[in-house]
Amino acid sequence: MPTWLTIDEYRTLTAVCERLIPADQTPGAAEVGVPDYIDGLLGAFSFDPPRIWAGGSFSGRHGGQPGFARFHCLTALDELAWRTRIEGSLGRPEREFNGLVVGLQERYREGLAALGPDFCDCVPDEQVLRLRSLATFTQLVYDHSCEGMYGAPEYGGNRDAIAWSSIGFAGDVEPRGWTDHEVSEA
Amino acid sequence: MDRSRGIGGVTVDAIIVGSGPGGSTVADILTAAGWSVVIFEKGRNHLIDLEHPYRLADDFSNDEIKFINRHFLGPDPFLEPRTFRTGPEDGDHSFVGDVNSIPSTVGGGGTHADGKVPRFREEDFGLLSTYGPQSGASVADWPLTYADLEPFYADVERRIGVTGDAAANPLAAWRSGPYPMPPGPSMYGAVLSTAAAETLGYHPYPAPGATNSVPYDGRPPCNNCGFCAFFGCPIHAKGDPVAMLQRALMTGNAEIRPETFVSRIRTDGRRATGVDFVGADGVERSMDARYVVVAGGAVETPRLLLLSGFDHPLIGRHLMVHFQTIAAGGFADLRFHAERGRAVTHLHDDALVPDDKSRKAATQAGLPWMRGGIVEHGGPGLPILEAKLYRWGPTHKENMRRSPLRDRLWAFTMQGEDLPVATNRIDLDPTVRDVRGFPVARYTYKPHQHELAASAHHGPRMAAILEAMGAEWTSVVTSPGSIEGPGGRASVDAPMSRHVMGTVRMGEDPATSVADSNGRLHQLPNVVIADSSVFVTSSGYGPTLTLAALAARFATAMVS
Repeated sequence: MPTWLTIDEYRTLTAVCERLIPADQTPGAAEVGVPDYIDGLLGAFSFDPPRIWAGGSFSGRHGGQPGFARFHCLTALDELAWRTRIEGSLGRPEREFNGLVVGLQERYREGLAALGPDFCDCVPDEQVLRLRSLATFTQLVYDHSCEGMYGAPEYGGNRDAIAWSSIGFAGDVEPRGWTDHEVSEA
Repeated sequence: MDRSRGIGGVTVDAIIVGSGPGGSTVADILTAAGWSVVIFEKGRNHLIDLEHPYRLADDFSNDEIKFINRHFLGPDPFLEPRTFRTGPEDGDHSFVGDVNSIPSTVGGGGTHADGKVPRFREEDFGLLSTYGPQSGASVADWPLTYADLEPFYADVERRIGVTGDAAANPLAAWRSGPYPMPPGPSMYGAVLSTAAAETLGYHPYPAPGATNSVPYDGRPPCNNCGFCAFFGCPIHAKGDPVAMLQRALMTGNAEIRPETFVSRIRTDGRRATGVDFVGADGVERSMDARYVVVAGGAVETPRLLLLSGFDHPLIGRHLMVHFQTIAAGGFADLRFHAERGRAVTHLHDDALVPDDKSRKAATQAGLPWMRGGIVEHGGPGLPILEAKLYRWGPTHKENMRRSPLRDRLWAFTMQGEDLPVATNRIDLDPTVRDVRGFPVARYTYKPHQHELAASAHHGPRMAAILEAMGAEWTSVVTSPGSIEGPGGRASVDAPMSRHVMGTVRMGEDPATSVADSNGRLHQLPNVVIADSSVFVTSSGYGPTLTLAALAARFATAMVS
């Protein structure tokens, strides 16, 4: 179940992400969990602490304690910034000290609706045409898709670090690091 | 308003505004001399436990989303935006958001830097005497020489913990002793690019680095994780100011107050008496002190002086930002794995030293002389940053596997000397406010002809090294001019370099400078500026070690 999106929105978003980063011989955005990354950002404040910043120092994938799974607590100002960024300013004066802010939730809700209720059932060429006609929204989803593909799995995407392994990238490597030989040699 | 006093309920000896390399150096020296200090830091604390025994925090990590996409080190551009314009012809501003930010966090810019800490050369302190004036720029000598600063360079190299090879760079200034640590391992790409550079007559050398190569000061050696530039170090092997802050706290004479914004320096007309500040609870208070040290960086420091109503006409002027020229080369048959190591392990300084070719190019450009800057040998290592460079669609995954713009790319970045120009400045934006309601800093900046000509001269020369290295294609871009920053941050014509200098100019004459050669404001001698704001010229070297050395000199003068 998605955290913030409706089931239908989640289904459309999954189709969008897969069109932006489609599977070939390695998994595409849908299988890697990119829609969950985006839904997790939109619903970050459904969790306590909010899922904004994964913890440190290590993920546990290369030794050490798995601290990434323990998200950071936010200060009052951090919460103000991230709630405004995600929810929008909603007419609240403390969020509008430099003017109105349209939040990510509204941008996704409107963008997904504008792609049409039949987007998932369209042929790929039609999906591409619709995405191109909504260039600003498509760029937003693509930027987030890149984060969900190649960011740390603790944020909901890059399931089992599969996108990292598909491009030969080790990801976070502390506390193992790299040996001097691995740094200096081909 | 509450009137709060400092440590133990008595007026503190010094309030330090900013906990980066400048403020931390001052805190280290003042507390060792028995002074009581309170360090105000507007950002969060992710560096060190503020209770005894002051353990190092475990908040930093190898996490691109957290550090590049989600502003973990601050400032958050929603809470604390800046504005930018190239000149009054753009109106009040042409851009609002993240302009050239240095982290707003305990440790300041030291936390995110990849720790390249070269010294300046001798002539950097006497540019006017050495090379002469430039039309449209305020080229001047510093009120101190390299020889004056050398003992402090040596001192801060030990405090921070710096690696290097004193014999490796024939173009370096003289040194009174060796580096505290030997260099760490060379990145694979740098092994190739230094060899190519040498065949063309350049003089590459292991970059002086604030990343431990051996255990140092109770902290471990760097283990080459690669998440270095723009990241905090998860194992505290980086010489961010953590060692200096920890030492200051251990004396019992220092207190750090994070999430606390200093909004005004209070004065009685002749001397500063303390500061007003807004704490994490949003309440405005004040504190008295004998000295106020301002170390907020070359944007926030002049902003505070202007918020305080100080009226010297040069406050904020002569803003300098290294003009970056980036030459990139593509190598179909190589994989550089630049995600391993210290982000940059080698430099060459040749572009800083005029030769016959650069003199000719200067003449052709109508300039009396030109200088470039250090050239950093490095490659990109972050996959999200890379992914956003490719188009979406069926080619995306193949591009990511083949990796022409990350794993098969090597680059030189020249940090070009930026001449001091009076119209390049920081002032207070007339309309945009920060979350606490204070006017934000506005950048007004455009490069001088010198920077453009030097870039045009040296860019193709860097590309030629990449060709000698075997590049199949090369490309030269500049900032400001043609690129976006990490995470798509910088925009329009705002410079991407985080090397910001020169907005509280230092000199002996109060008519042509704001601070004296000990960093004291001419108008208020118990206000000391301890960051790169006081730089008279920008050189083409990273500013961190020089600003820390100046801070050490200024603090030593305070206690003696």
